[in-house]
Amino acid sequence: MKIEALDIRKYFGPVRANDGITLTVEPGSIHGLLGENGAGKTTLMKILTGFISADGGETRLDGRPVRFASPAESIRHGIGMLHQEPLDFPPLKVLDNLLLAFEDRLIPGRQQVRRVLEELCRRFNFSIDPDARVNTLTVGERQQLEILRLLALGAEVIILDEPTTGISAPQKVLLFATLRRLAKEEGKSVIFVSHKLEEVEELCDRVTVLRQGKVTGHIEAPFRAEQLVQLMFGQSLLRSDRSRVPLGEPALELQDVTVQTYRLTVSHMSLAVRAGEVIGLAGLEGSGQRLMLRACAGLQRPSSGRVRLQGDDFTRRSYRDFLAAGVAYLPAGRIEEGLIRGLTLTEHYVLTQRGHQPLFIDWVGAAEGMQHKIAEFNIRGQSGTPVEALSGGNQQRALLSLLPPVLKVLAMEHPTRGLDIESAMWVWEQLLERRKSGTAILFISADLDELMEHSDRIIVFSGGVMASPIDAAATSIEELGYLIGGVRDNS
Amino acid sequence: MLQRLSNLTLGLVPVVLALLFTTVILIIVGAPPGEAYRNILQGALESPDKWASVVTAMVPLLLCSAGLLVTFAAGLWNIGVEGQIVAGALLATWLALNLTLPPILFIPLLLVAGLIGGALWGLLAGLLRVYGGVHEIFGGVGLNFIAIVLTNYLIFGPWKPADGATMSGTDPFPPAAWLPRLGDLPVYPTAVVLALAAVALMYFALRGTTWGLKLKAIGKNQRSAFLMGIPTSRYMLGAFLVCGALAGLAGSIQAIGVRQRLIPGVSGGYGFLALLVVLLAGYRPLWVIPIALFFAAVGVGSPRLELSMQLDSALGGTLEGIIVLFVLLAQGVKRKA
Amino acid sequence: MDSILLIRTLASIVRGATPLIFAGIGETITEKAGVINLSLDGTILLSAMVAFAVTYTTGSVILGFIAAMLVGALMALIVAFGSITLRQDQVAIGFVLTLLGAEMSSFLGNPFVRLKGPSVPHLPIPYLADIPIIGPIFFNHNLVVYLGYALIIFSWFYIFKTQPGLKLQGIGERPEAAFARGSNVNLMRYVYTALGGALVGFAGASYSLSIKLGWSHRHTAGNGWIALAIVIFGGWHPFRVAFGAYLFGSLKSLSSIFQRVAPGIPSQFFNGAPFALMIIVLLLVSSGWLDRLLIRLPVRLRRLVHDALLGAPPGGLGRVFVKE
Repeated sequence: MKIEALDIRKYFGPVRANDGITLTVEPGSIHGLLGENGAGKTTLMKILTGFISADGGETRLDGRPVRFASPAESIRHGIGMLHQEPLDFPPLKVLDNLLLAFEDRLIPGRQQVRRVLEELCRRFNFSIDPDARVNTLTVGERQQLEILRLLALGAEVIILDEPTTGISAPQKVLLFATLRRLAKEEGKSVIFVSHKLEEVEELCDRVTVLRQGKVTGHIEAPFRAEQLVQLMFGQSLLRSDRSRVPLGEPALELQDVTVQTYRLTVSHMSLAVRAGEVIGLAGLEGSGQRLMLRACAGLQRPSSGRVRLQGDDFTRRSYRDFLAAGVAYLPAGRIEEGLIRGLTLTEHYVLTQRGHQPLFIDWVGAAEGMQHKIAEFNIRGQSGTPVEALSGGNQQRALLSLLPPVLKVLAMEHPTRGLDIESAMWVWEQLLERRKSGTAILFISADLDELMEHSDRIIVFSGGVMASPIDAAATSIEELGYLIGGVRDNS
Repeated sequence: MLQRLSNLTLGLVPVVLALLFTTVILIIVGAPPGEAYRNILQGALESPDKWASVVTAMVPLLLCSAGLLVTFAAGLWNIGVEGQIVAGALLATWLALNLTLPPILFIPLLLVAGLIGGALWGLLAGLLRVYGGVHEIFGGVGLNFIAIVLTNYLIFGPWKPADGATMSGTDPFPPAAWLPRLGDLPVYPTAVVLALAAVALMYFALRGTTWGLKLKAIGKNQRSAFLMGIPTSRYMLGAFLVCGALAGLAGSIQAIGVRQRLIPGVSGGYGFLALLVVLLAGYRPLWVIPIALFFAAVGVGSPRLELSMQLDSALGGTLEGIIVLFVLLAQGVKRKA
Repeated sequence: MDSILLIRTLASIVRGATPLIFAGIGETITEKAGVINLSLDGTILLSAMVAFAVTYTTGSVILGFIAAMLVGALMALIVAFGSITLRQDQVAIGFVLTLLGAEMSSFLGNPFVRLKGPSVPHLPIPYLADIPIIGPIFFNHNLVVYLGYALIIFSWFYIFKTQPGLKLQGIGERPEAAFARGSNVNLMRYVYTALGGALVGFAGASYSLSIKLGWSHRHTAGNGWIALAIVIFGGWHPFRVAFGAYLFGSLKSLSSIFQRVAPGIPSQFFNGAPFALMIIVLLLVSSGWLDRLLIRLPVRLRRLVHDALLGAPPGGLGRVFVKE
């Protein structure tokens, strides 16, 4: 099915998310939609699939104008979307997830749908247990399930939004093979949304590049990387070289630490992180890296082993003791777990002051203090701005500005997830400044480039097993990708 | 100015609607609405005695509301406030029945006993919530019923009057334990001062102290607050403790002031009503005072319905509930518009 | 204790648990859709009163039940309207309705206090009632009790085995995903909230017309809270919710036995027992103690035991769904 978007416009207040976007996707092709975060890709896809309605412009299917009031309507017309975080029902079983999508029967035909699932799985080389609960599957398997669902519903156009985030290398290979097959052999139209150049280069027949809500170019394969970068950013971007700093004494040591939860056990972790060192933690979500990071920050008590901070035993100490000793933890959900919706920047400033706090708040002084931080950290907002009104990048800036000036260990989940390139680079500049002053940094990331670029050592987690650290300079993205996939996914 | 005026008018719309709704109910049961409202008003305002009773009824509402402002700030639904009143009254009663002291020592001691009793009962709900994961609504409701059961047991068991247990409660306390009245009027100046002071204290505590800001942080996002290094468990327990203490003080005042003995329904529903007061006030401390006054007047006025119209006094509670409901709904309408 | 007494006790447990089954499963359905209707205690009071008043006035038990279900549905619709359409705090609205229902039942029910009215007729099921032991325990009751059995089975089948039931789980579990699959999330939430409320209303009627005949001031107070606790204890699963209802139903019967066996215990303690039990069972399922015990089990068993004992609340419970 041929899908055309003509002069699509969507404004959110003063922000022109889509500012007259036109593109055509031919059946039997894989069409890349490239652009950095905030370029308007997701907005455009949501318009094409009926999640939101455009303020102007037209969508055509095989030349006929269409208008979708809901995603259900768009799938009835044959357009299906795979979301970055698969839009499924985690506590339900795989089969029930599929059954939920079909209509018009009181008692669903379980056996029939099971057969459909098994047949589709065979066709695409997927192995999904129909009776497993979705929350026991990996993100990659959940994507496969969603693709099968869309196919079973008769999708002719399949849109994938950043599908490679959080899946293993073998899963990515399988995904790409599936997409090629869908396009080339089955004549579907595939729209592949990404901000990763290499993936688009590898997979797509044509690419449309977006920047700030506008199309900056349509290009046919083969692509020249510099040209794509030029279109994405308006300039060529220089990536910084890893700066080596001399490492100091061990700041944090794990000695044979085992952490147990009801879902997962990570055993026998040993590691010494030296002052100024950057350790990247890699692995599929739920492989144990988060438990390890939390154990390092005193948020998860080990069931055995020792945690030492600068030589002192902190194994049984509370999170607040860790804080007082110069350990900080920055979670992935910046507004969910880091900042407090409904409070202003100044109030955050008051809350994060260390040491003796007077009973009565000096509001004027606090506002001045925050004003300094705002200037120093280049936060776009006022001291009286509620934090939820800040953009993602500015929220991360605010969180970094509120960290204590001296830190021994900084533990971070996904430091740059969802940030635009500029903010992401700024964040790492800040972090690298910190390491110069002797802060040891541990961070979780799903972005292999980020791991490779900034880590001294990388630790890969797989199914609750912590591998020995590898020197980031001595490995490659490909090797890392395969390590992350682990043995489990060698299908 | 015009803006404020129109806001005020808009604010009154749900109240008028609530009155209309209650009027319809009255018409349905065949009672003349005008007379019913007049009876409530007269019952509350006809004599200085009644005025005094209204102020006295306002005291537990203010104390509990002041406490609830704290728990609500911390994001907690301390429905157990009713039982905390009872617990305060129980501890005060125990001392009042077993000690003899001069009033100058006795009364402060009994008030402090109320604070402690309520605080302990509140702490129990807090421990269940913080360490047991039992939502404070369920812990609170359970503890409310248990407090009532405990009261009945004590009244009909260990504390029963010499001439046999009845629903009218224990023997009266010795006069040294009675909270002093204002002349002949049924109003207790100490209690009124304490209640107003409690609201004022919470107003300043929540506005201008780090303690209040930290509670607010916990209430809005417990996880973030914890990661920022706020000892969330301790603060939440503290909120329960403060609210329980104020409710317990109210209980003690009910026992040694209003009743001068322990009766089975000593809490009188003031805890639940205070929850309504704070909801209606939109968690704003200063609004608590006029609303508590209004609720107290309705509470004092409505028993008159039974005497002169053979209507159940629950009409008063119905009216209050409907007003709060309509105001909550109207807030939603306003936000949508 | 002789066997006749035992059978009679068990029968009284089965009978006494019936209203809790209706209320518990009604609330389970509502919460499965993602809405918390906290007003149960007030709704049961008001609907019990209305059921008795209507039955007393018209002489028809069926009209009484219908009126009670309408009252229950109406109260639930207020919660739905306030929280879904107006986006106000569900808990606050539910709480206000709890108090309001109680006050209105007192006010409107005043003329009906302690009157004798019609009730649901006793109806042993032919043949089944004659089975030894099972018969007298389960099949020597009235229609309301039998409807309770049917509700347990039917609600389980509906929620887990039918297409609309899967969609019900979907809208409560992850409304965004349900919307993407074509569910009208908010409309369905209205429907299931009202349906759950109607069942709660039915529970109220089953008190005043079948289990605890007649009407008095605060006739059923406390039972709504127990029903709400049972939903949590039951892990949002009809079978376990029913088990919870029987557990609490048995308490009443047990207390009368205990009072005979140990007359030294003051009778008031038995009135408090359900609420102590309520706190204990919630501690059991909420405190994480079970989770910590489970860690000691082999991995394979862990999940199985966990699923059998504990249930997670629907992912979207209490969360408003807003279409972008």
